[in-house]
Amino acid sequence: MTTLRDSRSKPLFQRGPTLGMRLFLLAVLSISLMILDHRQGHLDRIRDVLSYAVYPVRAIVDLPFSISTWVGRNFKERSALIEQNERLHQEQLENSARLQRLAALESENKRLRELMQSSARVENRVLVAEIMAVDLDPYRQKIIINKGERDEVFAGQALLDASGIVGQVTRTDPLSAEALLISDASHALPVEVNRNGLRSIAVGTGDISSLSLPFLPNNADIREGDLLVSSGLGGTFPRGYPVATVKTVGRDLGEPFARVMAEPSAALGSIREVLLVFQSAAAQADNAAEQTDEADRR
Amino acid sequence: MRIYRKRSGDGEGLRVFLSLLLALALAIVPLPEWATDARPDWLALMVIYWSLALPRKFGIGSAWTAGLALDALTGTLLGQHALGLSLIAFISLKFHLRIRVFPIWQQTMTVFMMLAINQFVLFWVDGLAGAAGMPPTRWLPVVTGTLLWPLIAQLLGAVRSRRRGA
Repeated sequence: MTTLRDSRSKPLFQRGPTLGMRLFLLAVLSISLMILDHRQGHLDRIRDVLSYAVYPVRAIVDLPFSISTWVGRNFKERSALIEQNERLHQEQLENSARLQRLAALESENKRLRELMQSSARVENRVLVAEIMAVDLDPYRQKIIINKGERDEVFAGQALLDASGIVGQVTRTDPLSAEALLISDASHALPVEVNRNGLRSIAVGTGDISSLSLPFLPNNADIREGDLLVSSGLGGTFPRGYPVATVKTVGRDLGEPFARVMAEPSAALGSIREVLLVFQSAAAQADNAAEQTDEADRR
Repeated sequence: MRIYRKRSGDGEGLRVFLSLLLALALAIVPLPEWATDARPDWLALMVIYWSLALPRKFGIGSAWTAGLALDALTGTLLGQHALGLSLIAFISLKFHLRIRVFPIWQQTMTVFMMLAINQFVLFWVDGLAGAAGMPPTRWLPVVTGTLLWPLIAQLLGAVRSRRRGA
């Protein structure tokens, strides 16, 4: 063996605890750390410090991707830029046309709400964050974003993309934050069927392209193609954003619940940018008020 | 042969540190979708190598610290990788004199066993912590890591002998 030859390795006299003892101590330490960590919240301080320590590694890994994005942005062909500009202009026109209608609808909605004496909906402020190009544990659905405490990101904050809800922030550092995707097996989010207001919980499956709704009885009014939107219950997610589309409904008469699977609206696997939602206190209060309103009406 | 010098290992600590840092970076570098399951456990390979090559410098404590860094980096339970890595560091350190003189294929088989033990610890902790989904692809890193071992041993060996300037 040539590669591992030579090491003035063998100590003449052993000092300190023996190898086995050291392993034992470290194993006990690891296990107690894991237990404390598993019961969420006990190790937040340590996690914070460690995240600080490993942030440079993440930043370095992300660097080539950031640079290539930057280079791509700065050295685009003129013709491509012009074309993009035109396309965006067109989209902008279409969108503003739609917005005009929306403005009319919104004021009408407000008027009707005033008539019904329920409070008006408040818009939420959003912040754009980029997902850092790092892979985490392949068996958990987590991402790292490049905005942190400095931008007032907080744990429990909702994450959206252009087409739906993505997940929620689980931990923040000064410069970055970790978020759990809605498809993670430990994630659940309150939803309602857009068509009829039927409420349920969408639970992640660990598969990035499917959510399951395990608590719907066999006779629940739900069909393939139904859009699920966030119901705002629980207060983490703002109300009324698309979450998923129902893909399959399996009704097995022997089972108490229907097997409902849905496909997330957001492109969880391929997003690069996300929106962080800041729900104003007014909006949250409004959400709660609305829930009680509706509950009263039923 | 080189005469034992007390200060001969100056650059060694740095080299070990840099290689561990590289392994940590490789652990989170984005791979294409089809390759993520097979991502070898670079840090485990480095830990095995350094425990065999520098058993005096590189102890269980170093392996544990590196494992904790990996835990923080990949968002697993704190202590999960640390436990696995200190276990394989223990095995490597305990038997380093024997493993070092093994022919390469036998050494590779030993590395295979150690990687499997490491993976088993991770797998087991995940199971206890109730993380869902234990597909058989979990064992792929063991296979890819084993296949990479001869290469890594050669490469790091070359790095080390260049330092000696002999």
